[in-house]
Amino acid sequence: MTGKWKLPIRIVALGYVALLIVIPVGAVFYQAFRHGFLVAWHAVTTADALHALWLTLLVVLIAVPLDTAFGVGVALILSRRRFPGAWLLDAFVDLPLAVSPVIVGLSLILVYGKTGWFGNWLAARGIQVIFSFPGIVMASAVVALPYVVREVLPVLQEIGTEQEQAAATLGASPFAAFWRITLPSIRRGLAYGVTLTTARVLGEFGGVIVVSGNIAGRTQTLTLFISDSIENLNPVGAYAGAVILALLSLIVLAVLGKENEGRKHRWRSRSEESPSDLEELSLLTTSVSMSPTAH
Amino acid sequence: MGPSGGGKSTLLRVIAGLEAPDIGSVDIDGQDLTGVPVRERGVGFCFQHYAPFRHLTVRRNVAFGLEVRRRPKAEIREKVDELLDLVKIAHLADRLPAQLSGGQRQRMALARALAIEPRVLLLDEPFGALDAQVRQQLRVWLRELHEKISVTTVLVTHDQEEAMEVADRLAIINEGRLEQVGGPAEIYDHPENEFVLKFLGPATHLDGEWVRPHDLVIHRDPNLGGQPASVERVTHLGFEVRVDLQLSGGGSCWVQLSRGAANELDLNSGDKVWVARSGITAPSQGLTAAVAL
Repeated sequence: MTGKWKLPIRIVALGYVALLIVIPVGAVFYQAFRHGFLVAWHAVTTADALHALWLTLLVVLIAVPLDTAFGVGVALILSRRRFPGAWLLDAFVDLPLAVSPVIVGLSLILVYGKTGWFGNWLAARGIQVIFSFPGIVMASAVVALPYVVREVLPVLQEIGTEQEQAAATLGASPFAAFWRITLPSIRRGLAYGVTLTTARVLGEFGGVIVVSGNIAGRTQTLTLFISDSIENLNPVGAYAGAVILALLSLIVLAVLGKENEGRKHRWRSRSEESPSDLEELSLLTTSVSMSPTAH
Repeated sequence: MGPSGGGKSTLLRVIAGLEAPDIGSVDIDGQDLTGVPVRERGVGFCFQHYAPFRHLTVRRNVAFGLEVRRRPKAEIREKVDELLDLVKIAHLADRLPAQLSGGQRQRMALARALAIEPRVLLLDEPFGALDAQVRQQLRVWLRELHEKISVTTVLVTHDQEEAMEVADRLAIINEGRLEQVGGPAEIYDHPENEFVLKFLGPATHLDGEWVRPHDLVIHRDPNLGGQPASVERVTHLGFEVRVDLQLSGGGSCWVQLSRGAANELDLNSGDKVWVARSGITAPSQGLTAAVAL
């Protein structure tokens, strides 16, 4: 890039980010606290608001571990086993990214709703999925499902199976090999995947609004509470709720940022100290694949 | 030993239990271990690219086999120190594998495999990824180490010189078949087939038979017998000289001479000479000896 274009390109890039993200998010913060901190505080400490916050956190606590376990499992299967239909599983993993969350919600109603395929069977056992907590967790888990797989799979493919085989020859059981060798090797990719999953579950709206019924104080998550507040002409509640949601996401991103910082640092120290065989270079380049892929 | 793609590594992996054989069995110490999983076989395996545990320090790499066996900490520490000393990387104990050179990493992998006191040590092209100088040093070192630790070792290589240098017994494998098994000298001197002969060292054709070029002699006296030929090219390769010959009866061959012998003969391309097997025509053998002096 020539020096002549450097400044204009920078201005365009920063301006784009400012117009789309910084200014709107800043406006939310401004609107939330426009009438003072106390007003905002009261708006988000109503029973409904607190319940929405609690419900959102509960969904995160269940859906994220589910997606993490499933994601690592699928990534392991896709990278370590060859079987017919593997490409199908691979393609299905991306489906939640490709289709609208609203469709995810609707499909859950079709299967688990009162008139759905399993609805009667579940109802007979006193289990209500749709318009209830399980449905919210399921919708959230489905829409956030691809992230862990997509972050972990390339790392697994990159590190290969030799280290696991070495562990086996040294007497490690498959579980010990996973715990002591595979998991530490995929740690960074996994951390990034979990972060994205958490952020996605926190912000999920379209799928949840379809399956939850959006009942304040019962099946209303934080995003639904915000949307409801706007409709009910309670702008301070909406903006203050939005601030809380944004803060939660910022915390999640801060954890990710720290993880990234550690990663960069480790790379630097590694490349400085390692002896300069060509072979070392190849080892270094293979660990680069752990860098996050853009979604 | 054998050419690349011949099945050497696969055989080694079958011995280790990393691959299952279609037929046949794996016996170690007279015990049938064919169906026994890798982790219970007690084999030490060194991968071609060492497969270091990248996130663990050198010390933890070597300790791994003992840690998964839940040995007492003090015992592990003592044993690991001993092994790091043995492979001469004690000063690198707290480094990560990425901070080691290729040769150091190789020795770490060896110490890691030895830590579990394996019944058999399996080395897959242990020097394949190293540059020539380091390879030579490590070969000598490995031979010495092996005399110290006395563990039956199976080493896979495609380099015949390397195999001759480190092995007591050689097995030549080609295209999935075992061609010949025996001591280095035995196989070199009495190859059972053309493949083994050609693989173990240079070979050339004379009188319808394969022969080692250093087992041929050249002389200028028609009375001493042999095949008449004309010198095509003389190539000086340091301590040895390669002489390419065009046989008068058709065909060609080449002869490996010592520098002294070549100087004495003073060969130039176009010269008329006779070539014979040194073992067959006794007079010419005498001549070589004389010439070499």
